[in-house]
Amino acid sequence: MPFSLLKYGLNKDYPFEQNADLPAPSALKSHYDVVIIGGGGHGVATAYYLAKYHGITNVAVLEKGYLGGGNTARNTAVIRSNYLTSEGVKFYSESVKLFQGLSNEFDFNIMYSRRGQLTLAHSDAAVRGFRQRTEVNKHFGGKTELIDPQQIRELVPTLNMNPADQPVLAGLWHIDGATARHDAVAWGYAKGATQRGVELHQLTEVTGVNVEHGKVTGVETNRGKIRCGCVVQAVAGMSSVVAAMAGIRMPITTYPLQAMVTQPVKPFLDPLVSSPALHCYVQQTGRGELVFGGGSDPYPLYSTRSTMDLKESLLAHAVELFPFMANLRLMRQWGGLTDMTSDYSPIMGLSPVDNYYLDAGWGTWGFKSTPICGKTMAGLVATGKVPELIEPFAMSRFDTFRQVNEMGATAASH
Amino acid sequence: MKIINCPLNGPRNSSEFVHGGELREMPDPNNCTDREWADYVFYSDNQIGVITEWWLHAPSGYWFIAERHTGSDEILRTYDPSEIFTKRVEFSAKAESSQSEEITA
Ligand SMILES: Cc1cc2nc3c(=O)[nH]c(=O)nc-3n(C[C@H](O)[C@H](O)[C@H](O)COP(=O)(O)OP(=O)(O)OC[C@H]3O[C@@H](n4cnc5c(N)ncnc54)[C@H](O)[C@@H]3O)c2cc1C
Repeated sequence: MPFSLLKYGLNKDYPFEQNADLPAPSALKSHYDVVIIGGGGHGVATAYYLAKYHGITNVAVLEKGYLGGGNTARNTAVIRSNYLTSEGVKFYSESVKLFQGLSNEFDFNIMYSRRGQLTLAHSDAAVRGFRQRTEVNKHFGGKTELIDPQQIRELVPTLNMNPADQPVLAGLWHIDGATARHDAVAWGYAKGATQRGVELHQLTEVTGVNVEHGKVTGVETNRGKIRCGCVVQAVAGMSSVVAAMAGIRMPITTYPLQAMVTQPVKPFLDPLVSSPALHCYVQQTGRGELVFGGGSDPYPLYSTRSTMDLKESLLAHAVELFPFMANLRLMRQWGGLTDMTSDYSPIMGLSPVDNYYLDAGWGTWGFKSTPICGKTMAGLVATGKVPELIEPFAMSRFDTFRQVNEMGATAASH
Repeated sequence: MKIINCPLNGPRNSSEFVHGGELREMPDPNNCTDREWADYVFYSDNQIGVITEWWLHAPSGYWFIAERHTGSDEILRTYDPSEIFTKRVEFSAKAESSQSEEITA
């Protein structure tokens, strides 16, 4: 060991305070202008943009566990904007654009990697659906093309073109499809927000919401009571449970969603590949591991356990798509909680309680929207006006039967 | 695999069953407001605790009721719907008769 290192070991001030990414936890104040429930990507992104664009820094992010330890840490990091509706495509495209600049903005590498995403059609109906999505995407500035089996073979030579006797007829080739390091996104936003004066309180669970005359006035936590001007709820799988504390009932059902990862192998798969018909998607990480997942569990549950059933059904399909995967070893399997809406679109904006704002219904598709959610929710909090981009996602759409149906563009692609 | 105790067929693998959603009271479609109907079709309590819900044993086409804890996934009890539904539920379509009157008028 070089002796020069010894001086760090003996220095009682090391590591230096200014090197720490997040300030040490402080005591809770009795009042904040804004309380954000949930320290996942969405919560800290909202705090970041509040501080950065609106100069609002008397903000507390309350997280019952640790920063980004919920679905932000559990998702498979598919980033894409090739949705079906104009509302969806516009919204998610903005998010993809923001993602592309995040590493520079944070001065911290989120390992954003544009790979392209390939969705497979195994039926004529699926090809027709892809045609529509291609046109909607192009119209709103996304990069999406319909490609034929020969082009698919060139992109992914290892793909079995006749998996489970369901021949691949065409592909939706989404050039903007990408992936990133999910934890780094939460860390980057949290660092940027706390540097600007926002407080992040981990191990701080909201246990009650105080509402007076139809308006939120504060929250109860395991560390005491806090008064506040307004609340942003960004708790993903726990949306219905936390909203009920404010007396709000939501059009949401919570299901587990599982994923798994193999041992690392040499790089062979550049694009993210997904087959809605086989309920399976596969991608190779920068470390060489294969991450794969499918649809949510078949019935509602608040548990992040892994099941043998899913291992069996998902692996069977993954091996159909990439037969050589049969020789790989599985390293890990895990689950998260997805807050599913019936139209597979989020619930964002106002709630029946004044000054209580909702960022929920993120189901299996909310990682990719982290930047744009933060930006639009911050805009809503700062101005009290719902940004145009998220108007279609108001919870009240369910009362007026105006769903934004993204089911076909979401199943098994996330 | 998780085992579910079907009141008709006994203990079977969970893959034979289809979840049918929470048991809830249907408002009268002819007289309720749009908001009440929306609440019935889209909204849900979705809390952690014991819920009463519908399940279908697919191979035998048999619907039954289960009480299950949504946190622990423990099924406390399964039983035949006749325990709750003691008489046939009629779905009368009142709106249509007024429409046909208009046509004849
Ligand atoms: C297996 C899996 C794969 C997925 N794959 C993708 C994908 O490829 N692409 C994609 O876009 N999306 C994907 N998703 C969905 C995505 O992960 C979520 O939609 C997204 O992470 C939601 O972000 P969030 O910040 O709102 O939630 P979270 O990261 O879950 O943050 C919410 C936080 O709230 C905290 N909380 C809850 N209750 C309280 C309380 N009472 N008090 C204080 N804090 C509380 C939780 O501890 C949690 O940390 C996937 C999800 C799963 C589970």
